[in-house]
Amino acid sequence: MAYSFPEEVLEHVFSFLSSDRDRNAVSLVCKSWYDIERWCRRRVFVGNCYAVSPEIVIRRFPELRAVEMKGKPHFADFNLVPEGWGACAYPWIAAMAEAYPFLEEIRLKRMVVTDESLELISKSYKNFKVLVLTSCEGFTTDGLASIAANCRHLRELDLRESEVEDLSGHWLSHFPDSCTSLVSLNMSCLGSEVSFSALERLVARSPNLRTLRLNRAVPLERLANLIRRAPQLVELACKQLKALSGFWDVVPSYLPAMYSVCSGITSLNLSYAAIPSSDLVKLISQCQNLQRLWVLDYIEDSGLEALAASCKDLQELRVFPSDPFGAEPNVSLTEQGLVSVSEGCPKLESVLYFCRQMSNAALIAIAKNRPNFIRFRLCIIDPQAPDYLTLEPLDAGFGAIVENCKELRRLSMTGLLTDRVFKYIGSHAKKLEMLSIAFAGDSDLGLHHVLSGCDSLRKLEIRDCPFGDKALLANAAKLETMRSLWMSSCSVSFGACKLLAQKMPRLNVEVIDERGPPDSRPEDCSVERVYVYRTVASRRRLDMPDFVWTLDEDSSLRYS
Amino acid sequence: MEVGLNFKETELCLGLPGGGGDIGKTSGKRGFAETVDLKLNLLHSDDSDLKDNVENSASGVGEAVPIKDPVKPPAKAQVVGWPPVRSFRKNVMAKQKSEETAAAAFVKVSMDGAPYLRKVDLRMYQSYKELSDALAKMFSSFTMVGKYGSQGMIDFMNEGKLMDLLNSSEYVPSYEDKDGDWMLVGDVPWEMFVESCKRLRIMKGSEAIGLAPRAVEKCKSRC
Repeated sequence: MAYSFPEEVLEHVFSFLSSDRDRNAVSLVCKSWYDIERWCRRRVFVGNCYAVSPEIVIRRFPELRAVEMKGKPHFADFNLVPEGWGACAYPWIAAMAEAYPFLEEIRLKRMVVTDESLELISKSYKNFKVLVLTSCEGFTTDGLASIAANCRHLRELDLRESEVEDLSGHWLSHFPDSCTSLVSLNMSCLGSEVSFSALERLVARSPNLRTLRLNRAVPLERLANLIRRAPQLVELACKQLKALSGFWDVVPSYLPAMYSVCSGITSLNLSYAAIPSSDLVKLISQCQNLQRLWVLDYIEDSGLEALAASCKDLQELRVFPSDPFGAEPNVSLTEQGLVSVSEGCPKLESVLYFCRQMSNAALIAIAKNRPNFIRFRLCIIDPQAPDYLTLEPLDAGFGAIVENCKELRRLSMTGLLTDRVFKYIGSHAKKLEMLSIAFAGDSDLGLHHVLSGCDSLRKLEIRDCPFGDKALLANAAKLETMRSLWMSSCSVSFGACKLLAQKMPRLNVEVIDERGPPDSRPEDCSVERVYVYRTVASRRRLDMPDFVWTLDEDSSLRYS
Repeated sequence: MEVGLNFKETELCLGLPGGGGDIGKTSGKRGFAETVDLKLNLLHSDDSDLKDNVENSASGVGEAVPIKDPVKPPAKAQVVGWPPVRSFRKNVMAKQKSEETAAAAFVKVSMDGAPYLRKVDLRMYQSYKELSDALAKMFSSFTMVGKYGSQGMIDFMNEGKLMDLLNSSEYVPSYEDKDGDWMLVGDVPWEMFVESCKRLRIMKGSEAIGLAPRAVEKCKSRC
């Protein structure tokens, strides 16, 4: 009966489908549904910019309004991917500029974006609304000036954690006076001072502004002024909140303004601000509707206890290290802080926690308190630290996490860990999508447990683990069901990489090795890094630098 | 010593070894070359060997499998990308730290007769006057009124008034400098004072008399 419906009706029905998964399912029903769906799909998410080519995307979805894309693998954040590896946005930007004159939104993560790309964006789309560049690099404030000047309907400009070359603070003034559409502005990554008066004017004429993330040097009085002009703010973040340390005693006249904003604030990012625990607590206890808190470990266990007592809506907590390279702890933050929060915050589902000691007992308690965890990332500064009470591996603790938290989608582990923890993960973590492992495991069996047991696994990143060829080759087919696998400083040989690439023509096996061509060394020599990802694009990408090797298309077809 | 341990690269037994003993018992890593035949019952191997393994690895210096050379992994501080903090964040924190250490100059302030101490960040002020005002506000409740004047802090910038001051019962700020000497506040340029001041003490003028000769001397040597 379905094929007797006119296309417009089906299109209308499909318009209610927003999830990619649903739309993908719909497009598999039959050829005509595939065709109808592809013409009305408006949003696309490309998890790996090399998994598909711009031409393929444009050919299939001719009417996109929003594109979201990711480039470099996650471990690039920690300098494990050499400079120049790839993920340049320009080919995509250029292709889309021609194909999608009505494009409204571009979101890029871990990609290299040039001023040329930004200028092209600003000039190609009449109705451009949203630009989000997360952890990107390669552009300067000149590029931002083009965006500000030409995107007349810009609603959102978000440069979170991107590296921007700061040529001047005046790019803000390029926003024309007629621009009143701004809803969200995040320029916290910029180093130099922006013209504060330009910022104030912009804020004053943006009645829809709800999110404001500023860069470093915001004098306190000006901050208070800004807040007064934008009472509808729900998200506020500043780096240089040092002034807050004397704030409560010295400037009572600003308190009413702060308090009224605080009760509305749902997201607070103080992770670059060196504020002592007592002042943090004063601020946080005003923010009873807080859902997300990013903070430095200056908050200490006592501060986290206070957080647990006042913020019952807390969903996400990230605690970053103030002194990650110091040999001794500089603050009193231990596993106890995390235990308190897991006890007191019933909605807590996402955690990133840096600390210097952990115990199985604490992890087990945390797991029992909070079976609703979706993301659990623990980083102990000493990557092979055992349970500090018993000196045993932390297998049991993480085992409890995966066993109790049945909805767990993301897990990062550290500490002394043996193959046993991977056995637990393989048996219990059935919804796990992303796993990060470092300095863990004893043998290939560990990797095998993960690859064979984790049914929902999409991304696996591993560094410095004794995992090698056998588990990889035995689970080659699994890799095609995943987005990507990263292994660095492990025991994967070049021979195995070649074999894997020959066996699996739809995987791109990139050997990333800065020591020169891998075939100049014996085949059983371990490679520095291997990055395996599925792709429907050509396996030899055009922008490969000289320290990356992939198997030649021809040889795999000819000799397999 | 290596009784029962097979050093040849093993065949991966993908079904979990039945009675093969739990490899996880030997907490910590072994080098890749020592991969154990998974079918083996580890209980047969030499117990003392396992104990050694456990001891060595419990010390926290596990042997991460080296890929390039069979040398020990570098000291933790040199391990690339560890701890996993984004370089963006690292850069910001480093910049802030260098500014913070320049910026933070908290010193304790005590006042004779006051039951508790305070702390001030000298970098919050640009001049002696500002500091003086701030201290006056901080200790206003302890200022002796009446005979000793209600202002508390007198203008110590005026060197001419120095001797008058020291003969009075007015309060006078003194500070301990880097050499451990107690000096009268106000002698040296403000920036130099901020650099060298370790703590402040607000004392009665009459008690400060003892400081004057040293202060005057240092003043003379500077002029």
